[in-house]
Amino acid sequence: MPLTTYAAPSRFYALAGKLIPWCWAVTLLTALAGLYIGFAIAPTDFQQGQAYRIIFIHVPAAWMSMLIYLVMAFWAAWGWMLNARMAAIYARALAPTGAMFTVMALWTGALWGKPTWGTWWVWDARLTSEFILLLMYLGYIALVEAIDDPKRAVNAGALLAIVGAVNVPVIYFSVRWWNTLHQGSTISATAAPKMVATMLTAMLLMTIAFWAYSFATAFTRARAMVLEQESDNAWVQDLADGRA
Amino acid sequence: MMSTLWAVARRDLLLARRRRVEALLPLGFFIIAAGLFPIGVGPEPQTLRQIGPGVAWVCALLAAMLSVTQMFASDHQDGSLEQMLIAAPPLLLIVAAKVLAQWLSAGLPLVLVSPLIGLLFDMGGSAIAILALGLLLGTPILSLLGAVGAALTLGLRSGAALVFLLVLPLTVPVLIFGAGAVAAVEAGQSPQAHLSLLGALLILSALLAPLATAAALRISLD
Repeated sequence: MPLTTYAAPSRFYALAGKLIPWCWAVTLLTALAGLYIGFAIAPTDFQQGQAYRIIFIHVPAAWMSMLIYLVMAFWAAWGWMLNARMAAIYARALAPTGAMFTVMALWTGALWGKPTWGTWWVWDARLTSEFILLLMYLGYIALVEAIDDPKRAVNAGALLAIVGAVNVPVIYFSVRWWNTLHQGSTISATAAPKMVATMLTAMLLMTIAFWAYSFATAFTRARAMVLEQESDNAWVQDLADGRA
Repeated sequence: MMSTLWAVARRDLLLARRRRVEALLPLGFFIIAAGLFPIGVGPEPQTLRQIGPGVAWVCALLAAMLSVTQMFASDHQDGSLEQMLIAAPPLLLIVAAKVLAQWLSAGLPLVLVSPLIGLLFDMGGSAIAILALGLLLGTPILSLLGAVGAALTLGLRSGAALVFLLVLPLTVPVLIFGAGAVAAVEAGQSPQAHLSLLGALLILSALLAPLATAAALRISLD
């Protein structure tokens, strides 16, 4: 059976339902392993002490926050141009997870900044960009939620996501320019010494955990949206009556 | 083609002139908002000079968003926007004309009043000139980006508030280069790099934003 048949909402619903437990299992196993290696096995950093260990959550969360926005914009564009319903649903289902990872990256960054920099927040280029990214996620969610007509909601959201994705590099480089002009060079997170293999392992495990988590939550949300959108169709009625 | 552009722009300008007070409200907001800062922060000239460019730019940003929400609202209410969508001249042209009229009636007054704000903040002559020049390059970008937001939120209950949330994050580069140009002059450097980048942003958004606005209008009225 070709893969594209899963673009049909009913097939997607069934397949995602089977995949979600596996995604959760992968999330749980890799997260436990990653946290154990990161917090118990990885050596203490001689400059930053124990505080550096938050990066095992912080860095993967920051990666996911940026990646999910791009994936969201991709699905949004796909759904809008080809009028593909499932693609539009994926985009919408990803947004809250992306916003959650952005908050997590900002929050863990603040927790790391307090012992290391002595302050919860600095207007560093990365922090500022991440903050603007959060605003863009919130704008997308607010716009999609404010529109009652589902088709208009996803298409308007798609256009906004594309406009945002086009603007992301402009915003990022302008913020970097601003930052270097105003503050001189602050302590840079990129200047970290070479990573030990155990640290890298922990980071990779956490990244896999976050990927699996994103799939699990996005699938769950997308399933709910499919049910809502297809509520007039026979297969949903069968499902509701317990016949399927 | 040009005649369509002028016809639509002239019509919008005429409408703005008939509702003079309404058209000037964002300008009033600009002056009040900027005028509140010295009262809140304190009247020391040194502090004021330092925050002046940033305050003027942030207030201009907010004032521009305030006016941009109305760009398509009345045409949407009386149905003429739908006629524009199905009319023979390309929608892109009509959008460009409406953005032009919006900038002339709401953006340009901000530019003209900005020297006054500069004086309130004790800025020097050259700094005031660069502030006005920066706003001259920057406010059209705000109108262009704001048009996308206004088209996306057309007819929504919370449309006006949404425009702020949708568009302001995208205007961060404008704010950075605009306020940066004035700061550069005050630090004795050349503002040319900042102004060139503002010009580049203007060209880029003039090319892309009307396309996005036209697409957004089609989505909203589909």
